[in-house]
This record gives sequence, C-alpha cells and structure tokens, in this order.
Amino acid sequence: MAQEYIYAVARIKARELSLLTQQDIDRLMACKTPAECFRALADKGWGTGGEQTAEAIFAAETEKTWALMHELLPDLTPFDVLLYPIDFNNLKAAVKCTVTNTEPHNVFMQGGTVDPQKMQLAVRQNDFSLLPDFMAEAASEATQVLLQTRDGQRCDVILDRACLSAIHRAGMESDNALVKALAELKVAVSDIKIAMRAQHTGKSRAFLEESLTPCATLDLAELISAAEKDAEALYAYLGRTDYADAVAPLKAGASAFEKWCDDRQTALVKEISRQDYFTIAPLLGYVTARQNEIATVRIIVSGKQNNLPDERIRARLREV
Amino acid sequence: MEKFDINTLGIVFALVGAVLASLLGGIGSAIGVGMTGQAAAGVVSENPTLFGKVLILQLLPGTQGIYGLLIAFLTLTNIGVLGGSAEITFAKGLLYLAACLPMAIIGLISAKQQAKASVASIALVAKRPDQFGKAMIFPAMVETYAVLALLVSLLAVANIGGIAV
Repeated sequence: MAQEYIYAVARIKARELSLLTQQDIDRLMACKTPAECFRALADKGWGTGGEQTAEAIFAAETEKTWALMHELLPDLTPFDVLLYPIDFNNLKAAVKCTVTNTEPHNVFMQGGTVDPQKMQLAVRQNDFSLLPDFMAEAASEATQVLLQTRDGQRCDVILDRACLSAIHRAGMESDNALVKALAELKVAVSDIKIAMRAQHTGKSRAFLEESLTPCATLDLAELISAAEKDAEALYAYLGRTDYADAVAPLKAGASAFEKWCDDRQTALVKEISRQDYFTIAPLLGYVTARQNEIATVRIIVSGKQNNLPDERIRARLREV
Repeated sequence: MEKFDINTLGIVFALVGAVLASLLGGIGSAIGVGMTGQAAAGVVSENPTLFGKVLILQLLPGTQGIYGLLIAFLTLTNIGVLGGSAEITFAKGLLYLAACLPMAIIGLISAKQQAKASVASIALVAKRPDQFGKAMIFPAMVETYAVLALLVSLLAVANIGGIAV
C-alpha cells in the first residue's frame, strides 16, 4: 500500500478549502476595475503583497503552488506531464535566441524540470548530451533545422512533437491512473488542435504526419485523412471518438475549444482524484486546479482591463 | 532413551496462540495508527483547530492491538504461564492456538482496513469539520468485525479450560 502520500494528500485536502469558489468568481466578476479585482484577490490571500501587475500576482501564486509541492514531496517526477510544456517552451526560446544571436530577456519560464541556462549552454556549445534524453535529440534536430532553413515553424513542430511524445511516455510509464489519463488527454487534444489548424490553413499530409503524436484514443491515419478532406470530415471522425463533445466547441471557435479542453481536464481530475487518499492524484489535482483558477482569474482581469462585456468574459470562464 | 511426550508441546502451541494474538493485532494497529497519524498531521498543519477531531479518528485503528493484548493476557493466565500450573495437553494447546487465531488474523486485517477508512474520514473532516459525527461512523463500522473476533477468541479462551481433552 502506498503510504508516502498520506500526509501530503491530507494537507492538500485541507488546503483545497482555500481554492476559489463560484462565489469568489462572482465577486471578481462584480468588480468594476482590475484594481478592484486585485483587492478582492488580496483578500483571498493571492500575491505576496508587493505585486503591481496581474502577471506578477499570477507568477507569485504559481510559485506558491510549486513551493508547496516541493515542501510536500521529495521527488516531483509524477508532475512531469505538467512540467514538460514549460521545458520545451524554454528549449524553443533557447534554440531561437542562440540561432538568431539575441540575448534572452524574460523569455524563460520558471518551474520546469531542466534549468533554462543549461539548455542555452547546450545549444550554444552544440553539446546536447548536457540535456536529458527526452529532449536531446529533438533539441539537436530543431537547432540544425533552424540553422539551415531559418524555418521557425518547423523548429516549433519538432519541439512540440517531442514535448507531446515525452508527455505520452511519462503517462505510459506511470502507474497512476490520473497521470496516465492526463497524458492521454493532453496529447489527444493537442493532436485535435493541430489537425484543426492544419485543416484551416491547408497544410499537407506530410506536415500532419510530422506534427501529430500517436495516442490511444485517436487513430492518426483517420485523423489525417479527415483533416486533409474538410472540416466536416474532421467533425464526423471526432464524433466517433471519445472526444465527440469537442465538436460543438470546435465549431464555435478556438477560445470555446480551449475552454472545453480545460473543463474536460477539470472533470477528469475530479473524477479520479476525489475519492483517492493514498496516491499522487489529489496533489496533481490540486496543481491543475490552481492552474485552472489562475487561468480563470487571468481571463476576468484581462476582460476588465479591455472593458469586455460581462457576458463575453463569462463565456470564457473555466469550471472551478 | 527417554520417550518423547507429545503433551509437552501443548504449552508451546498455546503460547504461540497468545503471541500471535498480541503480535498480529499489534502490527495491524501500529500500521493503522501510523497511517492515520500521517493524515492527521497533514490536516493539523493546515488547520490546528481540528486536532481534537482528527486525534479520535487517528486512534480508531489502535483498538485491535489492545484486543490482541487482552486475549494474550487471558491465554497466558489460563495456561499457567503467569502463575499456577502450566500443564497443558497437546490437544488443549492446539485449542488455545485456534482460539487466539480469530483475534490475531482479523485484528491485523481490520486494523489496516480501518486505517484506510479513517484516513478518508480525516480528509472529510478537513474539508467539512461539521461532518465529524458522520465521518467517525465509517471507520467505526470496521470495528464491528474486530469486536466480533474479540468475542469469539475471548469466549473460546475462557472456556477451553473446562473441556476434558
């Protein structure tokens, strides 16, 4: 019986009480200005008191979440499925800054599994053995492609595919149901996004074959054939998969689909982690819930900053 | 060469029974209270006002160890290890061993299962302290089976002495 998470899970279950509730979201929505939102957030304990901008508050909250995880767990490997996107985002920045010979200013995200300075050093010295196995080969290939072709999109495709492959592998290697399910969902929705975008922009089969990552819940051959045909064929194929309820938001537009992705992840996390007291699942659930509420607050604050009507902001809000 | 008397093994089997009752019950309770203790510490570190409530839930899987000890004491007294005559026939020794087994085995299993229920209840109290009464009932239900095992072992150990074997 896994006992190493009992203390951490109990703390997280108690900590979940401080997550934002629907009432808190309604209170934020009722704020007239971003400044009022900041005050309401400060009342809920958001930020450290000295932040001047919304992004600084969100960064502080993200840091608090990961600081808590570091305090609770000696090894954050089970969180790799959430951290690899940060790593590959930093790798893209390191490759592009090095190849274009520009200094990286505020381009690296904090909290990944690999130090961004190490990535930069590896790309500069062309010594990719400094990087972990899951990114070394892709980093080398992306750097060569960018140096030879100056094609930023191909560089992104190589690194995005490597990121999704790493997430999928981490999910498959894990014995935790939530890690597996999250990895599968992340890869599948990314494939759907890529296929949809490729269909809209008329990309070739070769592009799709290079960009999509195999996963258990999508048949890539069918997805590629459908994306090559037209949007209706793509919707018809998705209608036969586990992602049938994604068709309506896909038709409604990119932001509706993004909301569907986040809501689906929230539902998945709730379903698996709610009755679990002995595995990493509730901790993963807490981190995704925090990311979700930060995304929700970001939508509200930016909506207020841009004077968007409440209905338009509410349409984008994630489930909390 | 002196002939081996099988009845000399009677006390050995009876003592093994007493040892198993206290050993397995104690192991189960130690694991159980350890698990619930971790959960309780996690909750109290976030909300110290819940100490009293989670302490009760932590202690629930500890009873099996006490029941095991009770059966062990009773057995040791009846077989004469704690004083009196220690002449136990082979058949009686086996009877004492069999009498101790319900408490030993069910004590071990029920303590671990009760600990799982208690950990879940501690998490429930952490989120909804007003539901403490209901939260306590779930692990307490597991206690029923430890008490039934205690009764069987207790009645058996107490009455084996009167059996003419």
